[in-house]
Amino acid sequence: MKPAPFEYFAPQAIDEALKLLQKYGEEAKVLAGGQSLMPLLSLRLARPAVIIDINRLRDLAFIRSEPDGGLRIGALARQRAVERSGQVATQCPLIAAAMPLIGHFQIRNRGTIGGSLAHADPAAELPAVSLTLEAEFVVRSTRGERAIAAKDFFLGYMTTAIEPSELLTEIRIPATRPRVGWAIEEVARRRGDFAMVGVVTLVELNGNDTCQNSRIVVFGAGEKPERVARAERLLCGKRTDEHALAEVAKAVTEDLDPVSDVHASAEYRKEVGGVLTRRALQNAFKRAQKETA
Amino acid sequence: MAKPYIGAPIKRREDIRFITGKGTYADDIKLPGMLHAAILRSPRAHARIRSIDTAQARAIPGVVWIFTLKDIGEMAVPVPMRMYKVPGLERYLQPLLARDKVRYMGEPVAVVVAESRYLAEDALDAIEVEYEDLPEVLELRAAMRNEVLVHEENGTNLAAVHEISIGDAARAFEKADYVRREEFRVHRHTGNPMETRGLVANFDVGKRELTAYGMTKLLHYNRQVIASFLKLPEHNLHFIENDIGGGFGIRGELYPEDFLIPFASMRLGRPVKWIEDRREHLMAANHSREVTCELEIAAKKDGTLLALRARIYGNMGAYVRTHGGLVPCSTAALLPGPYRIPNYQCKVHCVITNKTGMGTYRAPGRYESCFFRERMLDMMAADLEIDPVDLRRKNLIQPEEMPYEIGLTRPGTNPTVLDSGNYPSALNRALKEFDYDKLRPLQGRFENGRYHGIGLAYFVKNTGGLEPYEGARVVLRDGPSVTVYLSINVLGQGHETAMAQICADALGVPMDWISVFHGNTDLVPFGWGTFASRGTVMGGSALHLAAQGLKKKILTIAGDHLGAGPAELDLQEGKIYRKGTEAPALDLGKLVALVRHSTMHNQGQPELEETAYFNSNKMTHSYGVHLAHVAVDPETGMVEILKYMVVEDVGRCINPLLVHGQAVGAAVQGIGGTLLEELVYGENGQLLTTTFRDYVLPSSTDVPAIESVVLEEVPSPLNPLGVKGAGEGGMVGTGAALANAVSYALSSLGVEIKELPLSPDKVRALIRRRSAEQAR
Repeated sequence: MKPAPFEYFAPQAIDEALKLLQKYGEEAKVLAGGQSLMPLLSLRLARPAVIIDINRLRDLAFIRSEPDGGLRIGALARQRAVERSGQVATQCPLIAAAMPLIGHFQIRNRGTIGGSLAHADPAAELPAVSLTLEAEFVVRSTRGERAIAAKDFFLGYMTTAIEPSELLTEIRIPATRPRVGWAIEEVARRRGDFAMVGVVTLVELNGNDTCQNSRIVVFGAGEKPERVARAERLLCGKRTDEHALAEVAKAVTEDLDPVSDVHASAEYRKEVGGVLTRRALQNAFKRAQKETA
Repeated sequence: MAKPYIGAPIKRREDIRFITGKGTYADDIKLPGMLHAAILRSPRAHARIRSIDTAQARAIPGVVWIFTLKDIGEMAVPVPMRMYKVPGLERYLQPLLARDKVRYMGEPVAVVVAESRYLAEDALDAIEVEYEDLPEVLELRAAMRNEVLVHEENGTNLAAVHEISIGDAARAFEKADYVRREEFRVHRHTGNPMETRGLVANFDVGKRELTAYGMTKLLHYNRQVIASFLKLPEHNLHFIENDIGGGFGIRGELYPEDFLIPFASMRLGRPVKWIEDRREHLMAANHSREVTCELEIAAKKDGTLLALRARIYGNMGAYVRTHGGLVPCSTAALLPGPYRIPNYQCKVHCVITNKTGMGTYRAPGRYESCFFRERMLDMMAADLEIDPVDLRRKNLIQPEEMPYEIGLTRPGTNPTVLDSGNYPSALNRALKEFDYDKLRPLQGRFENGRYHGIGLAYFVKNTGGLEPYEGARVVLRDGPSVTVYLSINVLGQGHETAMAQICADALGVPMDWISVFHGNTDLVPFGWGTFASRGTVMGGSALHLAAQGLKKKILTIAGDHLGAGPAELDLQEGKIYRKGTEAPALDLGKLVALVRHSTMHNQGQPELEETAYFNSNKMTHSYGVHLAHVAVDPETGMVEILKYMVVEDVGRCINPLLVHGQAVGAAVQGIGGTLLEELVYGENGQLLTTTFRDYVLPSSTDVPAIESVVLEEVPSPLNPLGVKGAGEGGMVGTGAALANAVSYALSSLGVEIKELPLSPDKVRALIRRRSAEQAR
């Protein structure tokens, strides 16, 4: 388990990194926390000719609150830093709640926000959370900067809209609206493992506690995290009663088309996707009801 | 009288070294001029080798040599069986490298030796092998049909059959009020020591001596086999074990690599290192546990057991390895367990498939048979409406029946005899410690979305014996200090501490005088090794005898000097006393000086030493109970263990901390094997679980705090210390207790566990199937 030969660069500044990306493009892989890339290199499942180590780009390790209540997180912010950030906990408690589900703290000490999102493992928490939050991804190249909406960012199995010459620099989370409740539920073989299946939900209630807007994102059950549009529509105008939630859960089960692997069958993922949707919605409703308008 | 060291909870003296990263493992050995080997392994499960082209790989700068079976030439031998050589198995041994055909994914095909491991792996990529795929056969029943033959020349995949017949089972079944038949299956999984296999072989061209580091478990036997392969005298080989990061049955057995790496070093005249990576470990080191059992039970209405009838099928993989038929045969050997079952009939089938070869994993066969038997007993208890504890109590062998001969259950002529124990007492103690009566109302109850279940399993585990002897040498030196040399090996059990305790008591010196040396074939000329929980039983007993012998010698010499008979003297805490007096008569340091400088005091020998061997072909049997309280989420199939306890009688406990550690560690491994771990084969015989992302081991966050209760109610009569092995008891009952607990939890849904593992997917599948059946 030794990596195939590669050339290694450790740029000191973002511009330097972008020039390298421009030069090597598809031949290059960006190394951040290395929690996924290093095993792939060692197993020779990834054989990039060039490694661009961005760990020296300290400017990308920020966590910032915006005046409108939004949140900006630098791609190189360590997962553990985000987990422990007071700003994140108050402004986006869903992210704070999702962090402990990622590996173990030793992994989060090293793993970065941007790394997890750019790696886009379909069973990872952060891609699903960012899709639920309708986050924006800022990428840069020598040609300039662009922002990509979460719904356009995840393209397929471990594939994102980042071009080979681009570097993910920042994630922008919009401000949370009032009367919004959230929840994340997952089942994994062990604590800290990638989910066999997981669900992230957001519900927005109106004055009489009925749902006027919702997002239901399932992860670990397909090529990428997906919103289940039919389930979201079904929930609209509903209050949190068992019958309504069962109906939504059933829609999720029906609409999922997952694969089987060594950890769980497709059937398991479909069923449990529905179960977790119901549980997540119960929690999300409870949280939303506590919020005042 | 000084307080004995045996029985004291003394912290391991090796811990500081391990915890601070100062241990020396195989990969820490770095010799001048050392080369690195990597093994080319078959990516196919079953294929003919058309050609192997190494030209491109050889051209890579830094690649020193690439060899295949042809290059080993006439020296090539298959890896021999060490034990359980059931007739027929000898036709299925593994060649050192594939010959014409590969039979499992991971089979070694060629070896690259290069200046670095990186280069060696680059060369692996550059070797071109042309394979012609053959249909593969993975499962027992398919293999038994012989439509696909793994070894065509043998005409069958049924490598061997072993039969057991005790009493008259057929007649007992005819007369029985109650019979039930079930099929049970344990899944394929295996041991994963933190340190994978690895060795450094260094052939000294001038002296024609080979030193190998990283060898373990069975140094002397392994040396003998490798010496005969290399055509060198045994004493020209020096096997050294270093520190070892875990054994669990899998590490230290001979595999092709143990021949290939010394061979490469001898051919090249340079040291060669090979370190197994985890991917190799999961696909090439022994797999274990995959045994299916068709089990029939016969009983009277009142629950009195009359007979067991079983057909056991072991999925041996593509080749029979060093353990021969041990895993399925051991499953059969202790299937009756701690119960009085007068009639027992069993037929064991060793079946060859296109999977990795099978070997032992901590509590081999016993984990499996305990699951089969204890599940069946719970099913029977439900059928007969008898309390499962009462059912067991009714049938347990009573203390006054000990020693209890089960009969001839193993190949060979040694009957299985349960040496000693108070089985009912251990059961009572277990129920009390677990607070079983208080928890029992929870049985099957649905609370906060989860079903609760409480399960128990009674186990008995043979320990010690197996190979005839172990040796120990004890030397009194300047200082004064005492050095102990052991023939057994140490794979992390804490022998450096426990053995010092045994020696200190037997000799009568402070424990901190004693240094324990082990793991080197030059220290003690003969020995077997550490497996089957025999280290303390055999090695500890040998040491006890040697220390006693040395004490006698010391007292004789001291007596000469003091003008007293040895019987008038005693040795305590390193000082010689005249019996009945308070002040020491002679200091041991003075005695050492006396002997060293004036040889007349020790029959002309400057050294005060004693070597002893402990011989025994009999096995001690530890026993006890596992208890589990689980909560099962029926919607997700997730099983959470709320409470887990191992109660084990080890005869006599040398160090409660060590025994506790063994019980907890073993239970964690057993829980992992029962809930998480599985070696899964997919399409075309591809092993799908080749990393720790897919082969999931329990970590500290996945298991509850294991409670361990160590009993010393009945010492073994089979050795001077009264000890029984403590390495495996914590493992044996895990599958059974958890399966029983989950079955109770889900009893209202009609779920009965007959197969492991208890993964959420499998638990859900059972619930789904039952609810579909009930809906019809």
